[in-house]
Amino acid sequence: MTEIPLPDGAILRTREADHESLADLVPGQTAVVCCVRQGQAKRRRLLEMGFVSGTELRLVRTAPLGDPIQVEVRGYQLSLRRADARGILVRSV
Amino acid sequence: MHVESSSAASERTRVHHLALAGNPNSGKTSVFNRLTGLRHRIGNYPGVTVERVEGTVKLGDGAEAQIVDLPGCYSLYSNAPDERIARDALLGLLPDSTPPDAVIAVVDASNLERNLYFVTQLMETGLPVCVALNMVDIAERHGKPIDAALLAEELGVPVVPIVARSGKGFDELRAAIPRAKVSNRLWRMPDTAENAIEGLRAAVEKTGMVPDAAVEGEAIRLACHARDEDPYLARGGDELRVALHKARDMLVEAGIDREALESEFRYALCHHIVERVQQSSPEGRNRSEAVDRIVTHPVFGPILYLAVMAVMFQGVYAWAGPFMDGIDAGMSWLGEHVAEMLGEGMLTDLLVDGVLAGVGGILVFLPQICLLFFFLSLLEDVGYMARAAFLADRVMRGVGLHGKAFIPLMSSFACAIPGIMATRSMDNARDRLVTMLIAPLISCSARLPVYALLIAAFIPKGYQGLTLLSMYVLSVLAALGAAWVLRRFVVRGEPSTFLMELPSYKVPAWRHVFRTVGNRGWVFVRQAGTVILAISIILWFLAAFPKSDEIAQEAEQRIERGEDADVVARWESGEQLRNSYAGKMGLMLEPAIRPLGFDWRIGVGLVTSFAAREVLVSTLGIVFSVGDVDETSVALRDRLRAAKLPNGAKAYNGLVAISIMVFFVLACQCMATLAVIKRETNSWRWPIFVFVYMTALAWVGSFIVYQGGLALGFGT
Repeated sequence: MTEIPLPDGAILRTREADHESLADLVPGQTAVVCCVRQGQAKRRRLLEMGFVSGTELRLVRTAPLGDPIQVEVRGYQLSLRRADARGILVRSV
Repeated sequence: MHVESSSAASERTRVHHLALAGNPNSGKTSVFNRLTGLRHRIGNYPGVTVERVEGTVKLGDGAEAQIVDLPGCYSLYSNAPDERIARDALLGLLPDSTPPDAVIAVVDASNLERNLYFVTQLMETGLPVCVALNMVDIAERHGKPIDAALLAEELGVPVVPIVARSGKGFDELRAAIPRAKVSNRLWRMPDTAENAIEGLRAAVEKTGMVPDAAVEGEAIRLACHARDEDPYLARGGDELRVALHKARDMLVEAGIDREALESEFRYALCHHIVERVQQSSPEGRNRSEAVDRIVTHPVFGPILYLAVMAVMFQGVYAWAGPFMDGIDAGMSWLGEHVAEMLGEGMLTDLLVDGVLAGVGGILVFLPQICLLFFFLSLLEDVGYMARAAFLADRVMRGVGLHGKAFIPLMSSFACAIPGIMATRSMDNARDRLVTMLIAPLISCSARLPVYALLIAAFIPKGYQGLTLLSMYVLSVLAALGAAWVLRRFVVRGEPSTFLMELPSYKVPAWRHVFRTVGNRGWVFVRQAGTVILAISIILWFLAAFPKSDEIAQEAEQRIERGEDADVVARWESGEQLRNSYAGKMGLMLEPAIRPLGFDWRIGVGLVTSFAAREVLVSTLGIVFSVGDVDETSVALRDRLRAAKLPNGAKAYNGLVAISIMVFFVLACQCMATLAVIKRETNSWRWPIFVFVYMTALAWVGSFIVYQGGLALGFGT
């Protein structure tokens, strides 16, 4: 069981088994970031762009060719590839 | 130099040197342009190749200050080259530099939270900060207005709402800059983490590697992000290393994820601030989402994408026509009058045939270049470029390229030099290298004069647009193919992260668009005025000397024998040229390029156009002694059509023209490109590699086109 502090002060308790990757969401679905599993440089950049645990995000759409995806995080739009999104573990809400 | 007269003024920070910092897409460049007007100095940071733009800003109190536009950053703690430069510039770690007196932080009000992340890092450098809260109009339209006074209170530094597009708020900003303030770190970590940092802090302070006020920030950065090979660690020595390992061990023992520590707590602060200062009313509308639904639609998106590209290419080719004719006529008029004024002689020849013809041959293509840059900067300005990369990424990935490579490659349609420089935004060295190596294959604007001349001279009216488009398609296919091969065999390694912000759509700021067009046009003209002009004059010399008396005498004799004077004169100039230095160089090349359908005159052009591709046009102008400046390009076209080989056959036809164009698509006939690659990769290895592989590709490509065309019965 992992405890993730949410921005509003609440605590989200999740089991790793319930985590799915950002790449598995469907357009329109919202989720909370649980953790980022990537190599150091990639992970740092994702954290800097706002994907810290407890962050709410929404999968907006996928590109016409299925990849990359567009995500709304911290009030802005970011595009990233599915391969990188797979390293962002989320719990849908 | 500044005399502070009032007691109030003496409390202010004296600012002589300012830095402008901000996230990419925060409108930083627009703010810089508004603050500095037209007075810019563009250079490079010492020892590195990141561009350094400096200007002078007039402050509210009447004083003037120097301002440096730092590269756009998402963070000060990453290892991307641009962000490291920004950090070093702020900390005064660049050679022969001191930290700025204050920093203006440009913030995108419609993307406050992530922008504040960077602003708080800026504040932790210990420098006085003044926040320029840009695009407040967009935030309001989205129904998310910001209380700037409250934000200033939260941050502890002045905050000025501005709209860089309209110029709103700039008087206030100029007034606020001298009041920039130093603030404290606004966030705290759990005590275990703070204690771990505290020990490291002392060690950092002892080394004196960063200014005292920046010590805490540096300690946090090292503890959270530094790897053992961190370049800054080397400056600290063993004592610092020991302290760092101790701090890290403390964090690990406490079960803290050190890499995420700084980001988590900093974002918690930013989120908290945003909640306090920004309202969120449901009435606001973000039209970007509605636009995106069409622009990135599975069916309409790609159609629109192709339509935009098609309009761009057709527009550049067709709309530029009237302007080109105007410049052409103007230059002819000028040449005529200069010739009349000066009378016959060597100086007149030099001025009219060398200088004016050379400059005119370049100026005439300025409309095309300006139009192309107009489209590119307009698409960038409205926010479409990011969507174009979003649509194209899957295709780019197929050949091992980063989606971000799209923009440098797109810029390479104008010129490979800014394109190669634009690869700086790519963090991964390998992705960046591949993009630089293929950028020169993308058909740049300097090739346009070559295509335009040959297409107008040899391609039937109905096929002209199609031929031009084919050249662009060939260049894109060649670039993508080269990327695939390079990725596979030369620059191997896993592709990096594709992370690209999709900024909200904006109404174009025409001022900004036209300014970009003007800048690019000016750069092109300046090139025409220096490098190209110099080459034109050297060429005129190479083509005019040595003068053979024998040929001149023979011509005289032939005229005395009653031959047509015009025919003899043309024969004479041809013979003189063949006898000249340039002719000899072209003749030397001929055996190697004959299989491509090129004769020695194209050979001369290949030699000279290595300086810049468009020089081929002015070379041919001189080679074909187009002295009649009345109708410069038309005359040249006629000469090209009429040119004969020694055996009496026509020297050029449609097939040869296509072969020449294919050669110019594929060859790296541009020493400036090679010089930029040398600078960017800091090694001669890659420019030599580019020159060799592209020349080989060009020879093979033209060989296939020409010999294939002959075999199929074309070219007769």
